[in-house]
Amino acid sequence: MVQKKVEMRLAAQEDIVAVRQATRALSVEIGLSIIDQTKIVTAASELARNTVIYGGGGIVTLETLRETDKQGLRLTFEDRGPGIPDIKRAMQDGYTSGSGLGLGLGGAKRLSSEFSIHSEVGVGTRVAITRWKA
Amino acid sequence: MGSLLLVTIQVDMHDQLALTLQDDLTARIVRDRAHGVLIDISALDVVDSFIGRMLGNIASMARVLDAETVVVGMRPSVAITLVELGLSLPGIRTALNVDRGMELLRAGAPGDIASDGPKES
Repeated sequence: MVQKKVEMRLAAQEDIVAVRQATRALSVEIGLSIIDQTKIVTAASELARNTVIYGGGGIVTLETLRETDKQGLRLTFEDRGPGIPDIKRAMQDGYTSGSGLGLGLGGAKRLSSEFSIHSEVGVGTRVAITRWKA
Repeated sequence: MGSLLLVTIQVDMHDQLALTLQDDLTARIVRDRAHGVLIDISALDVVDSFIGRMLGNIASMARVLDAETVVVGMRPSVAITLVELGLSLPGIRTALNVDRGMELLRAGAPGDIASDGPKES
């Protein structure tokens, strides 16, 4: 069940900082450990940058979740950019279509409890990550 | 003997600010004829791939300018996250705190990383 939902626009570099800070605030709110906070904030930073740089901007939705036995934080990044033609390749470490290090998607996946990606060429990309409280 | 530059990163930097720091620092190494750069990141609660790359770039540029770079004060949670992210900061020497970092730079030992250099640029 979604407890709290925040939507933020991702258009410029400064928005990446704002998403990091909002992710941190919600992680603290649901009581994630320092390590899990750091992991989800880092993943958020990578994905937010992808949305701004490769997706041409978009929206991120931050949601705190509560199930019967667990609490977590879900972040969903959506853009209407060019889409990713080969997701498998984009997930590989070191592969980038731009000038980055190519660690964003694979790294974000490793730093999250759950990860999903949906992308359609010419339509856009949606990436969702969840970190559950240990 | 040249001087040591001490850089303390105090704010959550956006990407352009990180690039500006990289450029400014490179200019200062030349201007101050610095032989060592100490970067204190103890105030940073997150180091993502962009900041990681900036640190690597600074170390590479400094090395070309005959200066050693030591990154100090990395929080344990940041270290754990960096490794999981897949960033091992090649070519960057680290120390626990500013004092240890100073010792390293004063000793001026080439160490094990100076010879093989960074694996990515």
